[in-house]
Amino acid sequence: MANSNKPEDLIRNEYEHGFVTDIEADTFEPGLDEEVITRLSQIKGEPDWMLEWRLQAYRKFLTMTEPDWANVSFPPIDLNSISYYSAPKKDSDKPQSLDEVDPELLRTYEKLGIPLHEREALAGVAGATPNPNVAVDAVFDSVSVATTFKEKLNDAGVIFCPISEAVHKHPELVKKYLGTVVPQGDNYFAALNSAVFSDGSFVYIPKGVRCPLELSTYFRINAANTGQFERTLIIADDASHVSYLEGCTAPMRDENQLHAAVVELVALDDAEIKYSTVQNWYPGDKNGKGGIYNFVTKRGKCEGRNSKISWTQVETGSAVTWKYPSCVLKGDNSVGEFYSVALTNNYQQADTGTKMIHMGRNTRSTIIAKGISAGRSNQSYRGLVRFGPGAQGARNFTQCDSLLIGDQCGAHTFPYIESKNQSATLEHEATTSKVSDEQMLLCRQRGIDPEQAVSMIVNGFCKEVFKELPMEFAVEAGKLLEVSLEGAVG
Amino acid sequence: MTALLSIRNLHATVEGTPILNGIDLDVNPGEVHAIMGPNGSGKSTLAQVLAGHDAYEVTQGEILFNGENLLEMEVEERAWAGLFLAFQYPVEIPGVSNIQFLKTAVNNQRKARGESELDAVSFMKMAKECAKQVDLSPDFLKRGVNEGFSGGEKKRNELMQMLLLKPRLGVLDETDSGLDIDALKVVADGVNSLRAENRSFIVVTHYQRLLNHIVPDVVHVLSGGKIVKTGDKSLALQLEEYGYGEFGIDEQAAG
Repeated sequence: MANSNKPEDLIRNEYEHGFVTDIEADTFEPGLDEEVITRLSQIKGEPDWMLEWRLQAYRKFLTMTEPDWANVSFPPIDLNSISYYSAPKKDSDKPQSLDEVDPELLRTYEKLGIPLHEREALAGVAGATPNPNVAVDAVFDSVSVATTFKEKLNDAGVIFCPISEAVHKHPELVKKYLGTVVPQGDNYFAALNSAVFSDGSFVYIPKGVRCPLELSTYFRINAANTGQFERTLIIADDASHVSYLEGCTAPMRDENQLHAAVVELVALDDAEIKYSTVQNWYPGDKNGKGGIYNFVTKRGKCEGRNSKISWTQVETGSAVTWKYPSCVLKGDNSVGEFYSVALTNNYQQADTGTKMIHMGRNTRSTIIAKGISAGRSNQSYRGLVRFGPGAQGARNFTQCDSLLIGDQCGAHTFPYIESKNQSATLEHEATTSKVSDEQMLLCRQRGIDPEQAVSMIVNGFCKEVFKELPMEFAVEAGKLLEVSLEGAVG
Repeated sequence: MTALLSIRNLHATVEGTPILNGIDLDVNPGEVHAIMGPNGSGKSTLAQVLAGHDAYEVTQGEILFNGENLLEMEVEERAWAGLFLAFQYPVEIPGVSNIQFLKTAVNNQRKARGESELDAVSFMKMAKECAKQVDLSPDFLKRGVNEGFSGGEKKRNELMQMLLLKPRLGVLDETDSGLDIDALKVVADGVNSLRAENRSFIVVTHYQRLLNHIVPDVVHVLSGGKIVKTGDKSLALQLEEYGYGEFGIDEQAAG
């Protein structure tokens, strides 16, 4: 029977977000040395301590080598071919007002399919917006060009601003916490980020405050040959609560682009941080050409007792991903969570997972990782659960499921467990399954279009993670999976 | 009368091994045909070929369904045309709720026929009625498709889908296997409730007992991938009494 409706044949998605916005950019010549870092710091008008911190990181970076333990392969990266600063020219001097937003940029958001209410939030200078519960801090290339809902956040005492601004306005907080979760010399790419970070978000939630809005940031990569080195720092003071949403997508291009972000979260006593990501960077074309290299260090520290940090991520993009959002559970009774869906297609490679470092007593962690491999992609789950000597009564539950679509992709699991405390308990469950011909036959026999069938089966597989996402993101995530598995479905 | 389903000289192989070796069969609107035969005679293969399972290759012959060439239709197109297969071993689809699955199926079919999609409320009402008819609690609608269902529950779930989709031709592939007498009766009642002048059924079964409840118009005996005997409902009783051997069919040799 001439059937071309096997699941693997349906996975032929062309990246929808492939375009380049034509905005004049003020860009450094490629290359990296102390002079470049100094110029970068000067352009941003940074205080001496910040420059010194960058240079310190750079000197550490020079002593380090690129890690090679991840289960991925790609051509060597020439860091001297990358430009370390790029800003939309029109607004290069700290663009704050939405009036100044380049119409070209607004069209870019439209093409990216940013939900209408968020586009309007960006464009709606008058302040009118149909969804006042999402604050958007848009990062376009390296400089934040729009920040909304400042007032509502100000009233609550919440600080939500570009980190470049926080360096000036809240130096005491930045100095106190920057690099305390991910030190300058933590790893090769974190050291690089510490030296050259362009911009990113800074969030501080004061004691006892429940942040009145979901905080949302869209990172977009635009100018050609521009590495992105975002730096995000979120601090939740005692008994505060914040939910932060991050979404990404990038224009199509042929050269590989390096992205080495660092995200640091600090939760003090009884505080809670929920960090959600939908990542949809250009994964390369169906022959494996192009795409983003995504080498990210994300880590949260449950510094205080009864604190909680929860990572939820839906990853469908990037050519190569190397990412382990982690929790350091230092405070007694603190809780770490990691809910992840990673989908790889064509020639994408992902080595991703989490680390749960239990230090305090009765600390608890949950890991639910769902990996979907399609095409010729290769995906690894790498997870570390460590119980330190002080982690009396600590518990971990890990569930790690892989779903294979077709027979040319790979799924691997590398769990690491280290226990220095006899009273700690750990449960680990792992499964590997396929979208089977029988499942497809059942769906299609009932009249369900094959593309919709694959999407439905994959969404069902991810259900446990999707229910952890904030509402707006859950819908977006479901759509993203459909798009990543094939174009228009339903 | 024009046959709803017309099979001519059908040959099919699986991985190069011939399973069906020249089937001829006409099913008229409103008729119930029983297909019996020992294990390995090709009963289930025939059902799967009708549905369009791509593990089976049709090497010769033709099938007309409602006058159209069935073998040129995709699996879902056959469903849209009104062909339904109740699977012998229904698979699980974890995390996809029965209700979501059914609603998607019903609305896909309606869309394909140019009908408007059902709204959530009227669909839910319809689904609950069908669940009740096969004696499944409404909780089953919320559970993952066949996820953790017992054998009997899976079969009743298949039947519920058939009640919802109201096909032109229902093919039941050993739906009775593994069912106790009460469940068997539920399944039979469901099928009987759908019997209509313009609707036909092919009931594939190993045993006669189902045919006490779903009384067939025609009974065929399949052996070695061919229909070796055709008769009325009394043929099933004779088979039950004397065994396949009496008809010159070697049950052991079947594979």
